[in-house]
Amino acid sequence: MRYRTGESVRVANRRHDGHHRTPGYLKGKIGIVERSHPAFTNPETRAYDGDGLPEQRLYLISVSQRDLWPEYRGAAADRLFVDVFEHWLEKAE
Amino acid sequence: MSDHHHDHDHSHAPISNGDEPLAARTRALEELLVERGVITRDDVRRRIDWLVSRSPADGARLVARAWVDPEFKHRLLDDARTAALELGLDPGPSPVVVALENTETVHHMVVCTLCSCYPKALLGPPPDWYKSLPYRSRAVADPRGVLAEFGVELDGDVELRVVDSTADIRYLVIPRRPARTDALTEDELAAIVTRDSMIGVAQPLAPTQVAA
Repeated sequence: MRYRTGESVRVANRRHDGHHRTPGYLKGKIGIVERSHPAFTNPETRAYDGDGLPEQRLYLISVSQRDLWPEYRGAAADRLFVDVFEHWLEKAE
Repeated sequence: MSDHHHDHDHSHAPISNGDEPLAARTRALEELLVERGVITRDDVRRRIDWLVSRSPADGARLVARAWVDPEFKHRLLDDARTAALELGLDPGPSPVVVALENTETVHHMVVCTLCSCYPKALLGPPPDWYKSLPYRSRAVADPRGVLAEFGVELDGDVELRVVDSTADIRYLVIPRRPARTDALTEDELAAIVTRDSMIGVAQPLAPTQVAA
């Protein structure tokens, strides 16, 4: 497991042609690891008849809503929680 | 697709005969998968039968038990799949279910921006609005606005957590137990736990809202 709960991570800002499960609004954003889930087969290859191996660990990360949407109208403490596969995360300092 | 002649002067959406492009594509895919032996028609029928047999009553039983039994709540938060099995419920096929607890200071609501991921085993088929583009886009960008449309006004000091279920995990919200429900039995509590409250877009019913 590469990332620990509480650690800051950046979601890779990379283009990916084809099926993937990293929402566009999240790319390049910095968040905090809230929870580590088990590893699952990789949907990026499974979608094209691949075996999805090696499995990728999944993390629940949270990002401040105000970091996502400059015009966010809610409370400053509001956060968006989202599951991201490990190969889409980078260490953020 | 449409042979509809517009010899009248009002406009309307095309009258559906079930041949929308997506439905047609789905049928074509099914035909191919069956023809090539990947799945059988019985597989499809069994899966549909399973899906429509599921209902939010199962999720409500989990929530009601968690409300009356703190130890069970711990187990539910720790591993919802095992907790569901403990109550004799079917937590469904492989994906992991994670329960999230709403408190005085934190409110969770669930969306799947990429498609319509949903804890079907415990809540049944997702409502149409959950799968709609407006909900999927606005739930992340303007969640308090969406909640207000569902009749939920959160205090400004409540932290709203929108949970975008993008992958293999399915999320189930444990709503807050309403005040003045101490006298209710576990079954009566389950009756006030609605589907929408377990998605996080509503509070449970007030006990008086439940038909006797």
